[in-house]
Amino acid sequence: MKTYYYSLLQPILFLPQITNADMNPVTNGALKSKKTSKKPEYSRFTQQELPAWKPILTPGWVITSFLAIAFLFIPIGLVSLFASERVVEIVYRYDQDCVPEMYRGNVSAYIRNSLTNKTCIGNITVPKKMDPPIFVYYQLDNFYQNHRRYVKSRSDKQLRSAAYESSTKECEPEARFNKSGDPVPIVPCGLIAWSLFNDTYNLIKKDKVLNINKKGIAWKSDTKVKFGSNVYPKNFQSNDLIGGGKLNESIPLSKQEDLIVWMRTAALPTFRKLYGKINTSLEAHDTITVVLENNYNTYSFGGQKKLVLSTTSWIGGKNDFLGIAYLTVGGICLFMALNFILLYVFKPRPLGDPSYLSWNRKAVN
Amino acid sequence: MAKGITAKLLRSSLYTLTNIRTKPSYKKEAAATEELSGYPRVININQPAVPDDTQQPPIFCTNYVSTTKYTLFNFLPIALFEQFNRVANFYFLVAAGLTFTDYAPFDWPSQVVPLALVVGFSLAKELYEDLQRHWQDMTANCQKAAVHVKNGGFETKQWREVCVGDIVKVKKDEFFPADLLLLQSSYEDGMSYVETMNLDGETNLKVKRALQNLSLPAAVDDDKASHFSDFLATIRCENPNSNLYTFTGNLEYNGHIYPLDPAQLLLRDSKLRNTEFVYGVVVFTGNDTKVMQNTTQSPSKRSEIELQMDKIIYLLFGLLIFISIVSASGFGLAVRNTIRSWWYLVPEIPGEDFDINNFVASGLRHLVTALMLYGYLVPISLYVSIEAVKILQARFINNDLHLYDEVTGVPANARTSNLNEQLGQVDTILSDKTGTLTCNQMDFLKCSIAGCPYGKRPSEVELAAAKQMAAQDESSDGSLSDSSSLEAITVTDDGNINKKASSIKGFSFQDDRLEHTNWLKEPNSDVILLFFRILAVCHSAIPEISEKTGELTYEAESPDEGAFLVAAREFGFQFIKRTQNSVVVKERLKKDQEPVEKEYSILTLLDFTSKRKRMSVILRDESGQLLMFCKGADTIIFDRLASNGKTYLEATTKNLNDYGEAGLRTLALAYKKLEEKEYSDWHEKFHNAQISSGSNREELLEELSDEMERGLTLVGATAVEDKLQNGVPECIDRLALAGLKIWVLTGDKMETAINIGFSCSLLRQGMKQLCIVVSAEMLAEAAKDVVKENILSQITTSMQSIQNKKEPHAAFALIIDGKTLTYALEDDMKFKFLNLAVNCASVICCRVSPKQKALVVRLVKEGTGRTTLGIGDGANDVGMIKEADIGIGISGVEGMQAVMASDFSIAQFRFLERLLIVHGHWCYKRISKMICYFFYKNITLALTLFYFEAETGFSGQMHYDDWYMLLYNVFLTSCPVLALGVLEKDICAEFCLQFPALYQQGPKNLFFDWYRIIGWLANGVYASFVIYLVNIRIFSPESFRKEGQTADMYVIGTAMFTSIIWVVNVQIFLVSHYLTSVQLHTIWGSIVVWYLIVYIYGLMPVQWSAGNIYQQLPEVLGPAYKFYLSTVFVTILCNLPYLIHISYQRCYNPEDHHVLQEMKNMKKDVTDRKMWKREQVKATQETEIGLSARVDARMRMKGKTTRKYSSLAYSSS
Repeated sequence: MKTYYYSLLQPILFLPQITNADMNPVTNGALKSKKTSKKPEYSRFTQQELPAWKPILTPGWVITSFLAIAFLFIPIGLVSLFASERVVEIVYRYDQDCVPEMYRGNVSAYIRNSLTNKTCIGNITVPKKMDPPIFVYYQLDNFYQNHRRYVKSRSDKQLRSAAYESSTKECEPEARFNKSGDPVPIVPCGLIAWSLFNDTYNLIKKDKVLNINKKGIAWKSDTKVKFGSNVYPKNFQSNDLIGGGKLNESIPLSKQEDLIVWMRTAALPTFRKLYGKINTSLEAHDTITVVLENNYNTYSFGGQKKLVLSTTSWIGGKNDFLGIAYLTVGGICLFMALNFILLYVFKPRPLGDPSYLSWNRKAVN
Repeated sequence: MAKGITAKLLRSSLYTLTNIRTKPSYKKEAAATEELSGYPRVININQPAVPDDTQQPPIFCTNYVSTTKYTLFNFLPIALFEQFNRVANFYFLVAAGLTFTDYAPFDWPSQVVPLALVVGFSLAKELYEDLQRHWQDMTANCQKAAVHVKNGGFETKQWREVCVGDIVKVKKDEFFPADLLLLQSSYEDGMSYVETMNLDGETNLKVKRALQNLSLPAAVDDDKASHFSDFLATIRCENPNSNLYTFTGNLEYNGHIYPLDPAQLLLRDSKLRNTEFVYGVVVFTGNDTKVMQNTTQSPSKRSEIELQMDKIIYLLFGLLIFISIVSASGFGLAVRNTIRSWWYLVPEIPGEDFDINNFVASGLRHLVTALMLYGYLVPISLYVSIEAVKILQARFINNDLHLYDEVTGVPANARTSNLNEQLGQVDTILSDKTGTLTCNQMDFLKCSIAGCPYGKRPSEVELAAAKQMAAQDESSDGSLSDSSSLEAITVTDDGNINKKASSIKGFSFQDDRLEHTNWLKEPNSDVILLFFRILAVCHSAIPEISEKTGELTYEAESPDEGAFLVAAREFGFQFIKRTQNSVVVKERLKKDQEPVEKEYSILTLLDFTSKRKRMSVILRDESGQLLMFCKGADTIIFDRLASNGKTYLEATTKNLNDYGEAGLRTLALAYKKLEEKEYSDWHEKFHNAQISSGSNREELLEELSDEMERGLTLVGATAVEDKLQNGVPECIDRLALAGLKIWVLTGDKMETAINIGFSCSLLRQGMKQLCIVVSAEMLAEAAKDVVKENILSQITTSMQSIQNKKEPHAAFALIIDGKTLTYALEDDMKFKFLNLAVNCASVICCRVSPKQKALVVRLVKEGTGRTTLGIGDGANDVGMIKEADIGIGISGVEGMQAVMASDFSIAQFRFLERLLIVHGHWCYKRISKMICYFFYKNITLALTLFYFEAETGFSGQMHYDDWYMLLYNVFLTSCPVLALGVLEKDICAEFCLQFPALYQQGPKNLFFDWYRIIGWLANGVYASFVIYLVNIRIFSPESFRKEGQTADMYVIGTAMFTSIIWVVNVQIFLVSHYLTSVQLHTIWGSIVVWYLIVYIYGLMPVQWSAGNIYQQLPEVLGPAYKFYLSTVFVTILCNLPYLIHISYQRCYNPEDHHVLQEMKNMKKDVTDRKMWKREQVKATQETEIGLSARVDARMRMKGKTTRKYSSLAYSSS
């Protein structure tokens, strides 16, 4: 083992190779003549004679590798597609329907007014049987959670521990609340928390309320470490400008899982976030009544809001792309393999054929 | 130049801090005294620092010589300045500065740490290299010299303490510490001999003469020279200049004024020879010395590839600016149009990032951010990686046992590492002759006496040609079994080496008919006797008895003469003594008899000059017979033969042709019997002419000599081998076959140069020699315009004869001498000259000065735009070595100047072959592959940032953690590419040498052309696109795992980064032809290390990390199958086009090295030797020089001489 590591280090440090001098006539001669000479030490490394794997793309290798990719990818593609097909997904867009007729002309007045009735009722039909757990998501569109100003505007320290309550430097412009002339820190501060999504969903199946479990939707590392159990919301949404949802000041942040989920900023302007889970199964053709509070303002920037119910399989939610992509590339490789097979059959180039050397080709032309 | 000197002076004084006297003020003083004497430089002998009463003491620079680039104090500022002078580094410096502001899209370490590493590494390298230079300077500066202190006493001082005005004593075989004015030598008449090999490459001794009439007391060789204690004199002379052969001034002593000329000047770096000691006064010191004035500032050399790389970097900067502008305008537009409705950003409050009321300012602000964000397009670590790779490559060169000279024990040394890949792109080699191609040793090899050729040993050229013929023979008809003929040749080789070791220096003659007094039995023994006598008597050498061994050595003006004398001694005619007017020779005229001493009184000696091309001695032998012995160039002698002296003319001419063909240098020997009357009449005239002082004295003498040297009788001819260094003809041949052009630039006489041209196969019989020469008369008399016109017409006629050539195989050689070259190199003519030279197969420039060598190199370099390589061994080659794209110094016997100025040093010329064809080829391919890949991997990363940024409303947000970016270039992807740059090999060394045509891939730049570069850039763009889109589409928007969670920004970032790591590592795997354990370990290691980093970094407490990826791998991504599926898919899809490309290329358009790799793999080199040999022959460039060309021509001409030659090869074994 020692020699193994030595041989690994040797090239990097230009250490002399530990070899039996007798094995090598060159070194042998040198040793005999004089020791003080400037003669370079022989080692396979310094003489660039290290044993090496010299892969050559022979027809065999080419065809084998394309076939191998094809035979690997096509089954994966099929399996993924199958997994995706098994997933049942219901997407219910409600942002337009949930605005009462009278406000359609002035949506922002409706949504900004805390006094208007935001409750909205809709129906969705289950296309296929859905086995629990069924995940409830909300999907927003054209919402740039990934905007730099937005992403930066949070204080991880403050979220983590009550000791850092006043570390709100990064949270501008939603850092402090001017409490009678004395700026006090907002907990949780920053734009992300401030714009917390606050639509609520209630699902009713045949007059029976489906229980949406909102626990266990956040990552463990978030609830355990990144959001402190001794950090309680303070001065939240107290400024004149109210963004999104409010928080219960008696519940520590680590328990406010919808906030935690929201705080993990999405990569793209169209994103889905977990709202809760349903642990009962839904039969095909069930009609479910959705009673929702349409509080969140996506109207001013023209974003859509969708409610999504979805099961999962091992590849997660419904996603045909993966399967199709695998199948396509597998297909291409199969095609390439056949192509090369045909080429080698009908127009072979013998390996190491000297007539392909440039000087010989020049002579032909 | 003057400015440079002052700067250097300032620096050197700062550097030492020992010499307070040094002030660079001699110029001021110079102006003051110029009017007084006409000579600006005033030196008071023996009072170096005593002030004059009227003006400031003349202060000259010290004798301290410094070639270092930096001093202790300016190292940091200058080196840093140089670092940030590179556009890329400067950009990163600014970017690093900006990371401390709000503009930065990331934290400061991600910019500052890589920059610090990169610059720190480069600084360390600079420091190391400069320290080495400093040590070399120190050894020169600390040599010891004996300096007169007072009362005739001498004190040993270091060279650097020697001052202008000091009297210095230099002993035999010592170097002069500065430029000295010779005052006195151990000879009474003030003669001394110096060897100026280091300055002009000439090995013959030059005579220097002290001032006559100074009437100094006789010099005794002891430690005191009391006559100097009160020797006060003043020298007024010209200011320091670079001209080696001029010096004017005068010396004022005891009220007399003596004029001074170059004959009194002993130059630094030349050596005292043959003279016990000299006293001299220091005239020029340190940087003022002629040799230092001749050193031009070594320009920092950059390789072709690096220059092209700079262009790519500019291209990438262009791309960077373009996407930054796109990004900035996108952002500006967003601020103007859409952001005001994004209430969750509270857009109405202007922040540090944008202000919706001023979208232009916001856009401009964002431009700065974007320029930093996309900075990853420009690989920060590229320069430093290349430097690291080149250092390792250089160590391979240094450690190559095939470049190690067993005899001298000197390995190759890559002194600068930034030209490695340039070695693979050389187009023209400009070589010095003496010491580079030849060992500077003449060997008496053959002779023709009375028309009968003697001497059986073949010359090296013959041997090499025979070998070649044998090899071709073998490949053309397979009747000879491979192994036996190969063996025969190897045996020949070994035999030779053994014989050489035992033979006498200067004498390689082997023929029993003449040796051991056997010549007495030969038919023409009287002629042979005469021949030997001429050898022993007709010369101007001095015998010297070595104190240690008691052996006689000869100090001859030319090495040929030395060889003749050694030959004569071996034949039994030992020259033992020369007096004022006689020569004593010990002759062994009978076998088993003691040699008899014979004294020949020399009556007149007609010297050898390059114009006369002959020398004669008129002597009286012991019997009182008057004889004239004459030796000279064959054509000259043949013209002067008496009608009855041509008995052997025909046979001798034939022999001479053979000798010429064998690459030997020949002289013809002749004699004439004189009548007393005839001689005394002539001598009277001659003597009168000698003492006359008319202007036509020279002409008169010339005429008289000519008159005397007529009516000669031919005795024979000698053939001397100007010993080529081991393997030179073969090496030249191989280099020529690889398509390299070889020019020889030598300080030697034209004849010598032509001879060497023959012996190293640059010239051959049947080649048309185009000599462009202007006669001395014309130079002296005609106006410049006329001379130029004459040269121009010569060039034009030569050009026409090339254009009108009739035979397809006619080859032309251009030979031009230094004086003509002076004109030919002038602006209006140089391109005509170059055009002619390029059309000739070989070019030989003779009698060129060091400066002209450099000018020729510059002309070729700039005129053809190709890569030039200058190779030489003496100080006279320094200019050329520095001027050429690559300078190579031969670390031979002629001092270290050439080596110090060179980029690479090798022990022997023949190592050039391996250095270029193997190392150069490899380095070229390695570096070009490496750079292409480097750009690819950075584009791949940087563009994913751009796509993502576009999705964030161009706000400058990154989806990677800062640390990923930091580690990407300096750690995560650096090792495989370093390993590639150091170890990649397309084909093994033997194949490189066997198929010289492969070398042309370099000069043609097939692997770093724009086609290939753009291809790689496009590959990077494609990869980034696939990586981004596929990952985004796979991970968003639905849940990515069974537990239903969706991916946040950093999860997608990590998944994407994982794909990048895989893609670029698989790509480098596909690029490699040669995967040692090092490459495999680094490639797999990088991937494994990436996962480890994500894992460990994710485990770090959130207080320490940014927390973005806390627990990400174990909790979030690890259990998700999609994570692995996306990685595999993206990796394959990104590399698929490249894989298809190389598969098709292999299939239908394989490159040479592909086919050779396959052959090697199939062991065709062993199984199908016939084909293998045939292809080797075909893989050569059409060449008109070198052994192969000679063999070709031979075969064309005679067809069947092959047998003779191959038999020769066997017989000599």
